[in-house]
Amino acid sequence: MRHLLSAADLDVVAAVEVLDVADRMAATQQREIKKLPTLRGRTVVNLFYEDSTRTRISFEAAAKRLSADVINFSAKGSSVSKGESLKDTALTLEAMGADAVVVRHSASGAPHRLATAGWIRGAVVNAGDGTHEHPTQALLDAFTLRRHLVGHEATGADLAGRRVAVVGDVLHSRVARSNVLLLHTLGAHVTLVAPPTLLPVGVEAWPCTTSYDLDGVLRGDLGDLDAVMMLRVQAERMNAAYFPSVREYSRRYGLDARRVGLLPDHAVVMHPGPMNRGLEISADAADAPRSTIVEQVANGVAVRMAVLYLLLSGAPEAVGEPLPAKELVR
Amino acid sequence: MTPEHTDDSDVRYLLRGVRPLGGDPVDVLVAGGVIDAVAAQLPAGRVAGARVVDGAGLVALPGLVDLHTHLREPGREDAETVETGSRAAALGGFTAVHAMANTAPVADTAGVVEQVWRLGREAGWVDVRPVGAVTVGLRGERLAELGAMADSAAGVRVFSDDGHCVWDPVLMRRALEYVKAFDGVIAQHAQEPRLTDGAQMHEGTVSAVLGLTGWPAVAEESIIARDVLLAGHVGSRLHVCHVSTAGSVDIVRWAKARGVRVTAEVTPHHLLLTHEEVRSYDPVFKVNPPLRSPDDVHALREALADGTIDVVATDHAPHPVEDKDCEWAVAAMGMTGLETALSVVQATMVDTGLLDWAGVADRMSAAPARIGRVIGQGRPLAVGEPAHLTLVDPAARRLIDPSAMATLGRNSPYRGRELPGRVVATFLAGRPTVLDGALVTSEAVSL
Repeated sequence: MRHLLSAADLDVVAAVEVLDVADRMAATQQREIKKLPTLRGRTVVNLFYEDSTRTRISFEAAAKRLSADVINFSAKGSSVSKGESLKDTALTLEAMGADAVVVRHSASGAPHRLATAGWIRGAVVNAGDGTHEHPTQALLDAFTLRRHLVGHEATGADLAGRRVAVVGDVLHSRVARSNVLLLHTLGAHVTLVAPPTLLPVGVEAWPCTTSYDLDGVLRGDLGDLDAVMMLRVQAERMNAAYFPSVREYSRRYGLDARRVGLLPDHAVVMHPGPMNRGLEISADAADAPRSTIVEQVANGVAVRMAVLYLLLSGAPEAVGEPLPAKELVR
Repeated sequence: MTPEHTDDSDVRYLLRGVRPLGGDPVDVLVAGGVIDAVAAQLPAGRVAGARVVDGAGLVALPGLVDLHTHLREPGREDAETVETGSRAAALGGFTAVHAMANTAPVADTAGVVEQVWRLGREAGWVDVRPVGAVTVGLRGERLAELGAMADSAAGVRVFSDDGHCVWDPVLMRRALEYVKAFDGVIAQHAQEPRLTDGAQMHEGTVSAVLGLTGWPAVAEESIIARDVLLAGHVGSRLHVCHVSTAGSVDIVRWAKARGVRVTAEVTPHHLLLTHEEVRSYDPVFKVNPPLRSPDDVHALREALADGTIDVVATDHAPHPVEDKDCEWAVAAMGMTGLETALSVVQATMVDTGLLDWAGVADRMSAAPARIGRVIGQGRPLAVGEPAHLTLVDPAARRLIDPSAMATLGRNSPYRGRELPGRVVATFLAGRPTVLDGALVTSEAVSL
C-alpha cells in the first residue's frame, strides 16, 4: 500500500490486515504507556482544508502514539487564505520532508491529485475529500462492526454475510461511498436507505441494494440486519429541495426508539458523527446501549495508527524501527 | 515571424501525385491563388518553374474550417493570442477558424469583432472569422448589436454566447428572428443552468463513484428540444454547439426530419474520450459539455456518419498551466484541439470505416463553411477554385506532445497518446502556411 485514497484501494487481504494491525494497536492503547517508537523520526503532516477537529485530532493522536513528528497545516491562518494553490502547498510540504500527508479537502479527488500529480513523494492518506470518500472512517466502522459481531478474538476475520443498512444523505456522503466499497470487499451486504433525491444517479452500479423504506429494511424485509449506520444530514441540503422539511425527513428517515425496536437484539446503531440529534437520530437511539457511536471515535485512533504504520514502516527508507513483533502479537 | 506573404502571383506550386479526397493520384497546380490545373500527369511544360511538393501517399482536402475556436485575444493573451492560435490552426490543416466571443472585452460590438478580424488578417495564417456575442456581455439579458457586427468589416454571420446558454426563451426567440435579416445563425451552447449548478462531470455511474456533481444529459437535451421548436416556429437558422449526448442526436434528427433549419457540431474529444477518463481526477479531462458515456460516443459517431451532425468543430480551449495544475473542482473547463482534430477524426471515423475522406472534407470544410457563410472556403477541389488546401499523410502515426504544439495551451487530453495522420501541408489562397509539417515563416524561407 503506497497511499490510501479510496476504500477500493484495499482488497480483502489488505483490508483484513489493516483491521488485524488495528486490533494489536488497540491492545497497546490499554497500557499505561501508550506510545510506541515505531515511526520515530518520520514526519506526518495533517493538511486540513476543511474544519474537522474530530478527524484531525484522531490522526494527530495516532501519529503521536507512533512517535512520528506531527505538523498541523490548516487552511485557516495559512497561506491558503491568501490563495496559494494546492500544488504550491504540496511543494512546500515536500521541501519540508513530509513522509506522509493526511489530507482533508472540500474538493473530491484532491488527495488523488496530491498522490499522482508528481508534486510530492510521501504517502497520501485521504481523510475525507468532498463528496467522494473517507476510507479511514470506513475502516474504523468495519473495525467496530467486527469487534461487535465477531468478537475481540477476530484476527483474520472478515464480515462475510453480515447485513448493514446505511441511511440518509448518500448523495453527498463520502462516508457512505467508502463504506459501501469496504463492506462489500469484506463480504457484507449493504443496503442504502434514503429518499430518492439523496441517492446518486448511477447508484445502481454500486455493489449494494437500495431502498426508500426505512421501516421495511429495519424489520428485515431484505434479511435481518446486523447494524444500521445513520448519516449526517448537512444543514445546506435543507434549503435545496432535497426534501420538503426537516420534520418530514425525520419522520421518514430518522432513527428513533421505535425504529431501534424493529432491529434484531444483536444489531448495533452507528453514526460517524457529528450527529444532528433530533434530526437523523433521536437522543434515545444515539444513547441506546447498542449504540457504538462513542466507541467508533476510540477505534478511529487505533485504525489510523494501523494505516500510518502500514504506509510508513514498510518503506525501505524508513528510519523508524518497525513495531517489534513481540509487541504486536502479545 | 509572419508567414511568407508572397504577393507575386507567379510563384506556383505543383502538388505531385496527391489523392484528392482519397481518390486516385493526380498532379495539382496551384497558381495565382487558385487551383490552376488538375490532371493525372501534368505535362512538363505546364509545370516548369513551379515549386514541387511531393504528394505521394498524401490525401488532399479542402482547407479545414473550424466553427468553434477560442483564441482568447483580447484579454487572455496568457492563454492564447490570435497569432499563436491561428498558427496552431494552420498546423492542424485549417484555413479558417471562427473565434468565439467570450473574450475580455466580450466580442459584442463592431469594434471588438473588427479588432479580432484585423488581428487575424495581420497574423495571416488562416481566415479568422469573429463570432459575435448574442447578448451584451454574454449576460443573457438583452441583445448585443448584432446588425452592427454583421455590417462591420468582420462581416459576422455566426452569433453565440458560447460558454453560456441563451437561457431566456423569449430572448432566444428574438435572436433567432433578428439574424434572419442578414442571413445569420445563432450557435447555441445548450446547457440548462439550473440543472447544471456546480456541475463537474457527466452525471452517471462514474460521477456517482467519484463524488463529483453531475452534469445531466437532460440539461443539454431540454434546451436543444426547446430551441429546435423555436427555430421551427420562426423559420430561423439554429446551430447547436458541441452536441454531446445520444438524446441530443435523437432530437436533432427528429427536428431535421420535420424540416427545421438546424445544424449541429460535435467535438473531436466527444468522438473519442469518455467519462471513464475522469477517474484520474486529472483536470486535463475537464471540459464543458463533459465527456460522456461510451453509448453517447457511439451515437455521436453514427450521427456524424449519417449527417445528423453536420460538422466537427474543435472547441479549442487553451488555458494557462496553473488553471489545470490543480484540484478538479477549481480547474478551468476546456481542452486544446486544433492540432489534433484531424487525427482524432481519422482515428474515430475514417479508420473505423464510418466516413471516407470525401465525408471528412464535407464535415470539416464544406459544411462548416456553409453554416458560417465563409465565402470561398469549403469548395470542391476543382480548377478555378480558390486554393485553400490541406495535404494529410494518413499512414503516419505520431505521439502527441503538447509542449511541442504551436498553441500556448498545454491542456491536450491526448498527451502521450499515439494518433494516426499528420498534416504535411496547408495552403491558404495558394500560399503555403505549412510545408513538411512545419509553419512556413519568412525566416524559414530566407534560409
